[in-house]
Amino acid sequence: MTVTASTAGRRRARSTKILFDVGRFLVVLITTYLGLLAVTFFIGRVIPIDPVLAILGDRAPASAIARVRAEMGLDLPIWQQFLIYIRQILSGDFGTSVLTTNPVLTDIARVFPATLELATFGTLIGTIVGIPLGVLAAVKRDTLIDQAVRLIGLIGYSIPIFWLALLCLLLFYGKLDWVAFPGRIDIAYEYTFTPITQLFLLDAILQREWDVAWDVFRHIVLPGCLLGYVSLAYISRMTRSFMLTELGQEYVVAARAKGLSERRIIWAHVLRNAAVPLVTVIALSYAGLLEGSVLTETVFSWPGVGLYITNSLQSADMNAVLGGTLVIGSAFIALNLLSDLLYRTLDPRTRAR
Amino acid sequence: MTIQITKTFSLLLAGAALASLVAVQPVLAASPPDTLVEGFAFDDIISVDPGEAFELSTAEITGNCYSMLVRLNPDKTSEVVNELAESWSVSDDKLTYTFKLKPGLKFASGNPITAEDVAFSMERAVKLDKSPAFLLTQFGLTGDNVTEKAKAVDPTTFTLTVDKPYAPSFVLNVLTATVAAVVDKKLVMSKAKPVTPTDKYKYDTDFGNDFLKTGYAGSGPYKVVAWKANEAVVLEANPNYFGEKPKLKRVIYRYMKESASQRLALEKGDIDVARNLEPGDMESVSKKEGLKVTSAPKGTVYFISLNQKNADLAKPEVREAFKYLVDYDAIGETLIKGVGTIHQTFLPTGQLGAIEDKPYKLDVAKAKELLAKAGFKDGLSVTFDVRNIQPVTGIAESFQQTAAQAGVKVEIIPGDGKQTLTKFRARKHDLYIGQWGSDYFDPNSNAETFTSNTDNSDDSKNKTLAWRNAWDVPELTKETQSALLEPDSAKRAAIYEDLQKKVLADSPFVIIYQQVEVAGYSDKVKNFKLGPSFDTNFVYTVSKD
Repeated sequence: MTVTASTAGRRRARSTKILFDVGRFLVVLITTYLGLLAVTFFIGRVIPIDPVLAILGDRAPASAIARVRAEMGLDLPIWQQFLIYIRQILSGDFGTSVLTTNPVLTDIARVFPATLELATFGTLIGTIVGIPLGVLAAVKRDTLIDQAVRLIGLIGYSIPIFWLALLCLLLFYGKLDWVAFPGRIDIAYEYTFTPITQLFLLDAILQREWDVAWDVFRHIVLPGCLLGYVSLAYISRMTRSFMLTELGQEYVVAARAKGLSERRIIWAHVLRNAAVPLVTVIALSYAGLLEGSVLTETVFSWPGVGLYITNSLQSADMNAVLGGTLVIGSAFIALNLLSDLLYRTLDPRTRAR
Repeated sequence: MTIQITKTFSLLLAGAALASLVAVQPVLAASPPDTLVEGFAFDDIISVDPGEAFELSTAEITGNCYSMLVRLNPDKTSEVVNELAESWSVSDDKLTYTFKLKPGLKFASGNPITAEDVAFSMERAVKLDKSPAFLLTQFGLTGDNVTEKAKAVDPTTFTLTVDKPYAPSFVLNVLTATVAAVVDKKLVMSKAKPVTPTDKYKYDTDFGNDFLKTGYAGSGPYKVVAWKANEAVVLEANPNYFGEKPKLKRVIYRYMKESASQRLALEKGDIDVARNLEPGDMESVSKKEGLKVTSAPKGTVYFISLNQKNADLAKPEVREAFKYLVDYDAIGETLIKGVGTIHQTFLPTGQLGAIEDKPYKLDVAKAKELLAKAGFKDGLSVTFDVRNIQPVTGIAESFQQTAAQAGVKVEIIPGDGKQTLTKFRARKHDLYIGQWGSDYFDPNSNAETFTSNTDNSDDSKNKTLAWRNAWDVPELTKETQSALLEPDSAKRAAIYEDLQKKVLADSPFVIIYQQVEVAGYSDKVKNFKLGPSFDTNFVYTVSKD
């Protein structure tokens, strides 16, 4: 009797705790979104660009300017404009982009997959190459290898990606003809190939269109590797520092004393522990790439989010900017959640609590 | 950001120079043989509806895909030639224009082209009241009277009644603008959406505006198949075109922003034409085997203007002195090489009455003397709003240096294009560097903005360039208006010559150069030419080997 009662009580306590957790999470989520919206909205309104100018151009007659200003609600006080905007968002209406004249959501659905594909490609490369490099640097600390890895990281950190991108384009596309350019896919395929998920590489493989897949790969490989390099620079440095912290722990000494092989100690024990904070690092770097690397997208004529938001911002196309910011904000929040979840899986201590 | 890009870009050029020492591979053609592929930065397109669009890139699309009653003669730009019209005449009182249409013409849809379509096209442009509507409303057309003033008398006769006895050359020049492009009434109205009338918009239909923003209902050599913002514009040959059929099946404008990227893709044959080459890339393309360059002067002039609200800048000696502080020769030889030619009058070369006077050159001593006369022996300080894009940034920096030699301290305030323009339109600048492109190929377009200011108060409805610089010139305004009503073309030209001389001597405008549009293209492309205006950049004459 007493045993079941206490189990029920514990169960109840656990479900209230879950409810509480969910509630707290929702509050954080809503405040984050509100803050995101408010900041973007007000920045958008204080930039010294007249949005009507962006819609009508420089030559429009005064009557047309007044009409559009009223249509956009720009003659209302700012707080009222903000409330109207929030109401629209809540009813699922993100407004229409001035530049493209499409609903903002349609636009984002079109440009986001391009960025997602590129960012995923970049992060994969950054992770697959960056982590072993970081481990290597930590294990061979202060040797020539460590210095070499540091140099690679430093270069990735400090060279302007725009310059590197053009230089690589000149070499791999212009001289060597290894990669394809511009955009995501060759014109010849643009009319025959119908994507399903809008992630072209995946789509082509799913449809077993190997020549399309090859063409898409040739388009993505250079910008993807460039972004990968930037993310690699960050990931390898962080891996090195996490590894060094872990290598100084007592359990490593214990493992060594037990006579475990050095390889096993490093890859199975130390890396496993270093992996916990690393997950956050990778997630952050992925989120950073998802923002759309404006310069990379510009150089490669890659129709992604970065290019979209920059162009919109320059025309004071606030609906588009706000919509884009929300999507990126959501991606950030989702990735944070994901890394939290992974944290729990990787670190048993957080699971128990 | 752009400035930074430019700087890193020059670094790249240095790198490129080294890299080009490596042997060059033969050029491989990758663009399909029946398709012309152009690399083009068409960020400005917001709609491809001719009744709404007023952007330069869209002018090219409309020019290739729609027909008008009359067209600019590309070989002699002071003349117009018939397109849909077989003939035209004007009544003795110069108020009514009658156009006879060529018989048996068809839209791409297969519908016949009638005077009814012409009248409808004007009606919807006026009633929609979008950016280019003023071109038609300046003739006295309004939403209330347009069906009376612009109407079909019979299926092949269209009449247009204007409110004043304008110079016929003026009316016809305006009718070559893309807002007068003829749309397919039957098709457009079948796609029109109902609208609830308000006091701002009194009609119960959108006249197909929503459909035409991305759709097509014309009769030109090509059809608009798709416009995807910042991706591509796709044109396909119109099988029902009444003129000589286009040689290529497709034209694709591929969105490419960077000059260096365009050059690379052109060299590799992935694009056939590169449309936004900067001077450095232009020069290297011109030297490359298998590639060619072409150029055409366009109706856009670049100027520095002095806000007359600033008491220092309002002194006539200061206005004149500033004209001596621009190093025209150096700018012409370096900064605008290939993209512009030095030009000091407000009418672009090629327009009726345009003169080529270039009385000013860099003369610091003369400028100093003038400034001393105005009471600025020890110089003065001004701010300068500059959009961060080449070549204007370079010109502004050059001016800053030469002006400093005469004791004028110039503080450059860099900004995004729309940002500096917003400030300029609010008359809050000291100095501003900008450009003015003719809205239609008639001298009135530029004269009206440079030399007329009907109301110099802050809430004026007519924000011409003269107004934006608070240049209050009632006599010049009157003279500009008189030119509009001068039926004799030679006399009309004489008035514009006089206006240009006056502006040259005394205005707050330091006019520096006229834009030249350039393009690099593969020599596989035959007959590629740039026209005198953006709507005459025709692609339908182009063929490929």
